[in-house]
Amino acid sequence: MIEPSAKLAENIFDSPAQAPTRNGFGDGLVEAAEGDDRIVALCADLTESTRMEAFAKKYPERFVEMGVAEQNLATVASGMAAYGKIPFIASYATFSPGRNWEQIRTTISLNNVPVVIVGSHAGVSVGPDGATHQALEDMALMRVQPNMTVISPCDSEEARKATLAAAKCPGPVYLRLAREKTPVFTTRETPFTIGKAEIFWRAPASEQQKASSEPKNSVAIFATGPLLHNALLSARELEKESIAATVVNVHTIKPLDEDRIVRIAREAGAVVTVEEHQVAGGLGGAIAELLARESPTPIEFIGVHDQFGQSGKPEELIAHYHLDAPSITEAAKKAVGRRN
Amino acid sequence: MEALTDTEVKQLESRAGAIRETIVEMLVAAGSGHTAGPLGMADIFAALYFRVLKHDPKNPEWPERDRLVLSNGHIIPVRYAAMAHAGYFPVEECLTLRKFGSRLQGHPERERLPGLETTSGPLGSGLSQASGMAYAARMTSSAPGTGELSDVRIYCAMSDGEHDAGNTWEAAMFAGANRLSNLTGIIDRNNIQIDGYTENIMPLESLRHKYEAFGWHVLEVDGHDIPQFVQACGEAEAIYEKPVVIIAHTIPGKGIREIERDYRWHGKPPSPEEGKKFLHELRTLQGKIVSEHQ
Repeated sequence: MIEPSAKLAENIFDSPAQAPTRNGFGDGLVEAAEGDDRIVALCADLTESTRMEAFAKKYPERFVEMGVAEQNLATVASGMAAYGKIPFIASYATFSPGRNWEQIRTTISLNNVPVVIVGSHAGVSVGPDGATHQALEDMALMRVQPNMTVISPCDSEEARKATLAAAKCPGPVYLRLAREKTPVFTTRETPFTIGKAEIFWRAPASEQQKASSEPKNSVAIFATGPLLHNALLSARELEKESIAATVVNVHTIKPLDEDRIVRIAREAGAVVTVEEHQVAGGLGGAIAELLARESPTPIEFIGVHDQFGQSGKPEELIAHYHLDAPSITEAAKKAVGRRN
Repeated sequence: MEALTDTEVKQLESRAGAIRETIVEMLVAAGSGHTAGPLGMADIFAALYFRVLKHDPKNPEWPERDRLVLSNGHIIPVRYAAMAHAGYFPVEECLTLRKFGSRLQGHPERERLPGLETTSGPLGSGLSQASGMAYAARMTSSAPGTGELSDVRIYCAMSDGEHDAGNTWEAAMFAGANRLSNLTGIIDRNNIQIDGYTENIMPLESLRHKYEAFGWHVLEVDGHDIPQFVQACGEAEAIYEKPVVIIAHTIPGKGIREIERDYRWHGKPPSPEEGKKFLHELRTLQGKIVSEHQ
C-alpha cells in the first residue's frame, strides 16, 4: 500500500498528471530567485529545452547566455560563486557534467563554491536523439567528487522542491533532470529533504508474518528518478503475488541516507535498485558499496549494464533496457529467491 | 595610477629581489616544484602586491578588494612569496611549501589559505573564473541599495602555454562579448612550456591579433620593467569599453643567468647546492656586487 506519510497524489496508478522533471526545475528556479537575488542562471545555448527560459524572461539581468561552451559555463559560474552569487548552470547532462568534468572538479568541487549544475536529458528516455544525448554516466561522474551533493528527482514536483533546496545548499550540487514527460505522483505535501530517503510503498504487515520466524517473502526496492513510478507499479504486482515490497525514493544519491537504507535492506533481506543510469557508479553501485560494508544483502540491479543508449521511442527504450515494471518485478523475485 | 618615483621603483625592485630569494629557498626546501615561471613573474607580482592591487593583507576577505586570479597554478611559489612579504602570513611559512599539513599546497587551494581567490592548477580555467567575477562585480552594487557600481577590479595572471587550451579562448570570447572592462588579463609570455618552446609545441602567435579579434584591448610590456607594467595596469583601468590583456614578455628563470630562457627549468626545483649558488647570484645581482656584504 502507498505509504500515507508520503502524501502521494490520489490517482498515481490510473491517470496521473504527466510532466517532465525539467519543468519542475524551471518553476523552482523562478520561485527560488524571487526570494534570493544572489541567484543567477547561466545556460549553454539550451535555454528553452533546459527550462531556464522562464527565469531568463523574468530576470534578464540575472541570466547569462554562454553559447555552446560548457567548460566556460562551469568556470564562469565558479568565479561568480566566489564573488557571492549562487549560479545555476544548465545544459544536457552529456555535456555538463560530461564535457566539463575536470572544470567542475577543480573550480567548483575542490574550490567548494555553491554552483548548482543542472544536467537535463538524462537517461535513455531522451528517445530519438540517440546515445550521444542520453546521459547514463552523469551521477557516477558527480558522485565521485568530494563536496558534491547529487540529486535525482522522481517527478516534476520533486524537481521543483529539489531546486529550492539546492539554492540553499552551501556547497556544489548536481541536479539530474529528464526530457520526457513522466507521471507526477508526488504532491506539494510530500516530504523532501536533501539526503533523506522516503518510503513511498510499504506492504501491510500481516499477523502471520509478524508471528512467524520463517524468512518472509520481502524485498526492498530502492529507486531514483522517474523510474520510481515503475517501482511502485511493480510493488503493486508483487503484492498480488504475496511478495511484500518496500519502495524507497532515494532522490539523493549523495549523501546517501545510509542509516535508513541499511535498516530497510536488513528488514527486507533482499534488495532491488532501480535507475535510468549505468549500474556501475550510480545508485546500484552506491547501495552495493554501502550494504557490502554494513549488511551484505542479495541485490538485483535495474539499470543500464555497460551499454550505450540508441534512438527510439522512450517507452521502447525503457522496455529494451529492462527498466520497465515487469523487469523490476522479475528482479524482485530473483532477489527474494537468492535470500539465504 | 600615478607614475612611480625613482625611489618607489627601487623599492619595488628590491621587493622583487626578496621575492626571488624566497622562491629559491622554498623550492629547495620543498624538493619539487616549478622554478622558471615563478622567477620570471617576480617583478610583476611585486608590482601587483605592493603597488597595483587594492587589498588588505590583514583582511583578506575584504569585499571591496581587487581580485587576483592565478590561472596557471604551478607558478604559485611567486604568489606565496609575494603574499608573505606583503604580510598575509609569516615569510618562514613559505618553507612549508608542498609539505604535509601545509596551507601552501603544491597548487593553490582557495579554502586552505585566505587570499588565494581560487583553486587552480589544471590549465585554461582561470580567465573564465576571473570573467565570472568581473561579470558578478558588474551586477553588484558597491553598497547595497545605492545602485553604485562596484569599482572592484579583477586581474587574471595566465601563462602563455595555457593558451593551447580551448577553455581559455571560450573565456576570451565571453569577456570580449560582454565588454568586461573591469577585467585585466596578464599573460606571462615567456615562450616556454613543459615540452619545449611554445612556438614549437603549438604556435600561439599572433597573440595580440587573436585577442584583438576577440574584442580585447591589448598592451605589451617588458615584464621586468616595473614602471612599464604599472603604467599598463593604469592604462587598463582607463579603457572603458573592453577587457584589457597585458602581454608581459618575460624571461623564464629571470635573475639566475644559467637557467634563464631554459625550458628544462620549467618544472624542476634547484638542488640544495644549486639553491646556494642561485641565492648568491640573486644577492649579488648576478655578480655585479662583489661581496654579499657590500
